[in-house]
Amino acid sequence: MSAQAVAAPREKVAAPEHRETYLNHDYSWKSWLFTVDHKRIGILYLLTVAFFVAIGGLFAMMIRAELLTPKGDMLEAETYNKIFTMHGAVMIFFFLIPGVPGVLGNFVLPLMIGARDVAFPKINLLSWYIFVTGGLLTLFVAATGGVDTGWTFYAPYSSTYSNTRVAETAIMVFITGFSSILTGLNFLVTVHTMRAPGMTWFRLPLFVWSAYATSLINVLATPVLAITVLLLALERIFHIGIFDPRVGGDPILFEHMFWFYSHPAVYIMILPAMGVISELVAAFSRKRIFGYSFVAFSSLAIAVLGFLVWGHHMFVSGQSAYAGLVFSVLTVLIAVPTAVKIFNWTATLYQGSVEFATPFLYVLAFFGLFLIGGVTGLFLAAMGLDIHMHDNYFVVSHFHYVMVGGMVTAFFGGLHYWWPKMFGRMYNEAAGKLAALVIFVGFNLTFFPQFIVGYMGMPRRYHAYAPEFQTLNVLSSGGAVILGAGYLLAALNLIWSLKFGKVVTERNPWGATGLEWETQTPPIPHNFEVTPRVTQEAYAYHEMYSGKEAHGVH
Amino acid sequence: MSTSTHAAPVAVPQQAGHGAPGHGHGHHPGLAHHFDDLEQQRDSAVYGMWAFLAQEVMFFGGLFIAYIVYRNLYPEAFAHASNLLNVPLGATNTAVLLASSLTMALAVRGGATGSKPTQLIMLLATIAFGLTFLVVKYFEYAEKFEHHLVPGPTFMSDPAHVSPFFTAHPEEIPHARIFFFLYFAMTGVHAAHMLVGAGLMAWIFLRAKKGEFVPEHHDALEMSGLYWHFVDIVWIFLFPMIYLLGYHFGDHHG
Ligand code: HEM
Ligand SMILES: [Cu+2]
Repeated sequence: MSAQAVAAPREKVAAPEHRETYLNHDYSWKSWLFTVDHKRIGILYLLTVAFFVAIGGLFAMMIRAELLTPKGDMLEAETYNKIFTMHGAVMIFFFLIPGVPGVLGNFVLPLMIGARDVAFPKINLLSWYIFVTGGLLTLFVAATGGVDTGWTFYAPYSSTYSNTRVAETAIMVFITGFSSILTGLNFLVTVHTMRAPGMTWFRLPLFVWSAYATSLINVLATPVLAITVLLLALERIFHIGIFDPRVGGDPILFEHMFWFYSHPAVYIMILPAMGVISELVAAFSRKRIFGYSFVAFSSLAIAVLGFLVWGHHMFVSGQSAYAGLVFSVLTVLIAVPTAVKIFNWTATLYQGSVEFATPFLYVLAFFGLFLIGGVTGLFLAAMGLDIHMHDNYFVVSHFHYVMVGGMVTAFFGGLHYWWPKMFGRMYNEAAGKLAALVIFVGFNLTFFPQFIVGYMGMPRRYHAYAPEFQTLNVLSSGGAVILGAGYLLAALNLIWSLKFGKVVTERNPWGATGLEWETQTPPIPHNFEVTPRVTQEAYAYHEMYSGKEAHGVH
Repeated sequence: MSTSTHAAPVAVPQQAGHGAPGHGHGHHPGLAHHFDDLEQQRDSAVYGMWAFLAQEVMFFGGLFIAYIVYRNLYPEAFAHASNLLNVPLGATNTAVLLASSLTMALAVRGGATGSKPTQLIMLLATIAFGLTFLVVKYFEYAEKFEHHLVPGPTFMSDPAHVSPFFTAHPEEIPHARIFFFLYFAMTGVHAAHMLVGAGLMAWIFLRAKKGEFVPEHHDALEMSGLYWHFVDIVWIFLFPMIYLLGYHFGDHHG
């Protein structure tokens, strides 16, 4: 899309004089810690999220080290339980959920719609503070006792029997939830009221649509988790409550309330990632997205349907067989809008002028991994099969394929794509590609064996296992090392670029559409010199490139 | 790739200009820097408040669901336990909150007409009603503690305050405990919202005193009003569900 202002000659070479950017207009600590600039808040999220993912990764490595041998020889069973709990809780609540919205959403969403900031900049900063407080206190709880219930906190183990620090952890989850709610609220309102003139709903980049759908879930589902963990904490603290079956309480109710949030939460994780993929697919095939409105509405469909399928986590928990049947059918239905996206992306690539740059390699990795994750989700959605698979490694593998293979892969792709805009530096392309490849290989080596070993019957959440599962577990642990090395390489490459990477001053280094590419690199504090006026659809690649070069078939 | 191989072949047609940021020239003092005009700012406040209230509905919704589930599992215990509540106090509080909603609405109207005295008087009245509610609630809770009706080891251990009203089978006592847990959780969370509301009103009162709220710009007053009405409405649901349940079953007081 383009702004209707008079075309100014494009700067070819960066003027040597000082250019003000959001990064250099003030260097003080205060200017960062009290910033209300969505771009800086995005960077704050990037730093903190990276910190939490490193901690979560350490826990993961401890799990994989323990599982090298069938005997529980490295970690006590109790310790192991705490480690996998903290791994899950840290990764989900402090990385997967805030990752894409907090970092990429904050940075690019206002730019994409031509706004000077989000609707409530101070609340945006508040979200970050809540998030950091919740995260650090959770780590404090972990370091001073920990919690061993699994990230799912099932009652009555959590409410009555566990003698670890469940109440404190529940309160931290409660607090952190409000960060998610406030970010969602902010994005919802921003999309409604802050769009630049001419930026109609159907000209919005698809990333904005998916951020919008995600925000709906944030606002409507997260409070249910908040009240659930609050009730849990009350029950722990006062030894009275409603989940203890000995006095007529119903632990299944806890599961219902927990999954009423936590299934939609998996879409909080994946929808923004899907938005990133839409942007990258269009940018690197130089084509408008095939079936734009289908892709846009599929995000909303996923958000709505996502509220209706939580019972698929409870097929064997004692819900009625009829409920199970309904949940099974609805779960299969949700694969439809998901598939719509995949088909439209691949159709977009068809006859596009595809460029295999680093971000695009992540797109390809996403396709492969998310597809496997989604299809195995369908296996699990079949109630009969799930009775065998439930709580074994097949499930573990399924959700790692969607969350790590899906969300994390898209996150890295998006980070590489917007990196030059964020920091005005370009990472090393060869190292970037190598990292993407290593991640892809390492990921499959880590998690594919888990499908098999799960199918063979290895349950999740034990520190010891039957000897016949060892080969596959060793493969998985080996893969984890490769995977970790891949992530490290990607991260180091990005960090390296901050100082040594090629300086980027062009506004639009990728030749992509989107208002974020029409402003200065890195952007000025208030984003745009003049409020842009939008006259074209998103992804007007045809208009952008026609007559210049042969780019595929138009 | 390299950054230069595929620079966009079209000139980027932007930045005509003087580089003057599109804000900062002679606007209303209440207009934040990132909005274009008061209307956009107001729209954002309205959307934001409604989204927040939707969030609140879901938050209370969790409690309501729990209530519905247990009310269905243990209808008898719930009806009898409901008899143990102090309906006159609950009814008084209902009246107090309804009155506070009226004064709140009038305060917002004071904002729309720009009448500072109306704003101040009505906000004070709203705060007073809110505090009255909390004081009454305090006495109610205190009574429950005295009568051993707080879930815990001594729950329902004082026959004087139980047997005349609670005529269900003793096996139902644990279920009555669930009722009382929900009573405290629901009214407690509601009272916490009242407390926040009273604080909010105090802040709005101070801003009103400074004459901040004028007809074309009184978003904060209006949005706080929405919040206040919401908290009132929650009580309108709580009162019959919790206090009047026994009446509904026709075996109250005996
Ligand atoms: C086609 C779409 C999907 C379907 C049909 C599906 C189906 C399922 C089913 C039936 C289960 C329950 C398995 C069991 O516990 O026995 C499950 C578990 C899970 N899924 Fe999915 N899923 C899909 C997509 C996703 C996505 C996109 C994510 C996250 C980004 C995700 C994350 C999870 C997680 C975290 C669990 C396990 C939670 C736990 O027990 O700890 N799923 N999935
Ligand atoms: Cu699910």
